[in-house]
Amino acid sequence: MKITTEAGERHVLAVTVDNEAGVLAKITGLFTARGYNIESLTVADITPDHALSRITIVTNGPPPVIDQIIAQLDRLVPVHKVTDLTDAGMAHVEREIALVKVAGTGDKRIEALRMADVFRAKVVDTTLTSFIFEITGSSDKVDRFVALMRECGLVEVGRTGVVAIARGPEAL
Amino acid sequence: MTEMSGADMVVQALVDLGVDTVFGYPGGAVLPIYDALFNHPTIKHVLVRHEQAATHAAEGYARSTGKPGVVLVTSGPGATNAVTGITDALLDSIPMIVLTGQVPTNLIGTDAFQECDTVGITRHCTKHNYLVMDPDRLGPILHEAFYIATHGRPGPVVIDIPKNVQVATGSYSMPETIDHQSYRPQVEPDPQAIDAAIALIAAAERPVFYTGGGVINAGPDASAALRKLVGLTGAPITSTLMGLGAFPSDDPKWLGMLGMHGTFEANMAMNRADLIVAVGARFDDRVTGRLDAFAPEAKKIHIDIDRSSINKIVPVDVAILADAGRALDALIDAWGAKGHRARDLGEWWRRIDGWRATRCLDFPEKKEPGAEIMPQRAIKALFDATRGRDPIITTEVGQHQMWAAQHFGFSAPNRWLTSGGLGTMGYGFPAAVGAQIAHPGRLVVCIAGEASLQMNIQEMATVSQYRLPVKIFILNNEWMGMVRQWQELTYESRYSNSYSDSLPDFVQLAAAYGWTGLRIDTLGQLEEGIAKMIDTPGPVIVDCRVAKLANCFPMIPSGAAHTEMILQPSDVTGTMDDEAKALV
Ligand SMILES: Cc1ncc(C[n+]2csc(CCOP(=O)(O)OP(=O)(O)O)c2C)c(N)n1
Ligand SMILES: [Mg+2]
Repeated sequence: MKITTEAGERHVLAVTVDNEAGVLAKITGLFTARGYNIESLTVADITPDHALSRITIVTNGPPPVIDQIIAQLDRLVPVHKVTDLTDAGMAHVEREIALVKVAGTGDKRIEALRMADVFRAKVVDTTLTSFIFEITGSSDKVDRFVALMRECGLVEVGRTGVVAIARGPEAL
Repeated sequence: MTEMSGADMVVQALVDLGVDTVFGYPGGAVLPIYDALFNHPTIKHVLVRHEQAATHAAEGYARSTGKPGVVLVTSGPGATNAVTGITDALLDSIPMIVLTGQVPTNLIGTDAFQECDTVGITRHCTKHNYLVMDPDRLGPILHEAFYIATHGRPGPVVIDIPKNVQVATGSYSMPETIDHQSYRPQVEPDPQAIDAAIALIAAAERPVFYTGGGVINAGPDASAALRKLVGLTGAPITSTLMGLGAFPSDDPKWLGMLGMHGTFEANMAMNRADLIVAVGARFDDRVTGRLDAFAPEAKKIHIDIDRSSINKIVPVDVAILADAGRALDALIDAWGAKGHRARDLGEWWRRIDGWRATRCLDFPEKKEPGAEIMPQRAIKALFDATRGRDPIITTEVGQHQMWAAQHFGFSAPNRWLTSGGLGTMGYGFPAAVGAQIAHPGRLVVCIAGEASLQMNIQEMATVSQYRLPVKIFILNNEWMGMVRQWQELTYESRYSNSYSDSLPDFVQLAAAYGWTGLRIDTLGQLEEGIAKMIDTPGPVIVDCRVAKLANCFPMIPSGAAHTEMILQPSDVTGTMDDEAKALV
């Protein structure tokens, strides 16, 4: 007997929640308990009184599963609102930050710096034998930059995961 | 605002919330609350003999009254013992509040004595849970917890209270209203969805109502509305295990339960229907059978209070997100407002009568007085003997549960208490305790299997202590019958570990606990034995010996379609492929 899984599509969800202990565990636990995927998850509080946090979740699944994910998130008591930013007709902006450490001397070092310039990555730390670049952009752009840096002495990468927001004047 | 200790706040909040009964078991981390409850004038504490039983008793209390059940247990093992009942309440949508003691806040995270991560452990088996770190938050949390447990789709809420929070003082006041920021279930149906549903119902040639526990949870008015709407439309109705009682079983429109052990007519009607009206039911796998063959010709209307239940398993044509009772009322109003009349469903009823003619619940039996008792006969005899007494029936889990669902007729909600979603052996007896506490004068009978009963049999002492007249009616087949049945069907009768060996003598056990014990061995003793059980004051255990190898039919094997029912033992082949074996 074989166990099969269905192919899915990528969705970016913005979730506003009470900023209180256990909420993140509830949400990540929901994903594991029900077998949903998390590609990335970011969270930070977003109100002056620290009452609310915004969580951006990048997930993956067939459309009925995405619907379920939204419904399941929505019924958690501390969840205020769930928005699918990838929903049809909802244009949005996605950004991710990566810190990329590259070590090396000579040509590799010069090549790394030149490529960083092309990608508009900033140098945030330097020694005689290393750089740390800060790059901001879509996950794709960050992926491409990191892939190139592998050829130029990549040592370490830290990424934030995606934050996203809908285009236009309205709030969610 | 009044200044008081956390423990006093707990008790005051329970009083303010109208709680009259708490099921619990003491321990170090809840001693302050137990002290606050000492000799309390209005709150009765029922001391169980195992915390799991406290949770099931609270479920029995809740299911039979419509009010939330309240549980109080200590930290660590007290809390972990409660987990099964909490999960049971989650799956069957039973409103329940579980107060757990916790080690003092300064010791949390240090592996202190009887510390466990209660909120972590119960995070996914509660509707919501809280760890209270500040006595000033205790009052608001208690009130909010009751609100959440009882509003929207009901469920269990755990409040974990460290011991120093119980001892410290804080301010308490009774909130006037609960206006929750983020939890606001939609109760009123969308009028457009109601109109769309009514248009489908009015046009349907082969409609079926498929109803579930949501109708019971929506209160007796919802059951009344269901009866009215079914009457107006003239459509047949079936229900899940959890929904039994919402519609009277002696009404000609009643098809019996559907699903794995449902009736042939209910399952065939679902399969051939052109419209299914699902009310407070969640298309569980025990109900649908093989999904791609489920109700292939039907449009589907789904009324549910929980948005995540809609389109979860089966995509529907009209979704009505609302309280079942409100939605049914709105459908009745819209039916009248649009001037609809019941269609002539004669052709549909003729087909249904054809399926009924298979008499799928009939069973072979010998009739002489010395004959062995068929378990189905025992249930029918119990039903006949208790007619007119409005009994509350609880069950354990197994064949006896399914036979009870098939052969016991219910005519009102809140009389049928069974563990559906989790299928918890050990539920039935403590649930009967909870129901009996809530209804001291009523006849409460637990229909048990000899194996399930032993999972919480220690509660016999609780029953003795509170002088509860609970009756336990054991269908003793000396087997974990349901397991044995599956082994017969799937594993060529290799009965691995399913024999109930070394059974106690239940009659002597009854005597040991100060109960009355009766034994029924033959058909000739059945009626008299049941009559004696009913007429004997106080608790009675009946060891009713039944045919050992009887199987529960009809049955849709896991992963089969509604049309592939096994009606007779002779339909059984005894082998199954791996795909089928992998299904539960
Ligand atoms: C706590 C728990 N453990 C195991 C099971 C699996 N199970 C389902 S029915 C059953 C046998 C029940 O036997 P009994 O109570 O004698 O009832 P019968 O089927 O014989 O009527 C078992 C072991 C369960 N449902 N619950
Ligand atoms: Mg048995």
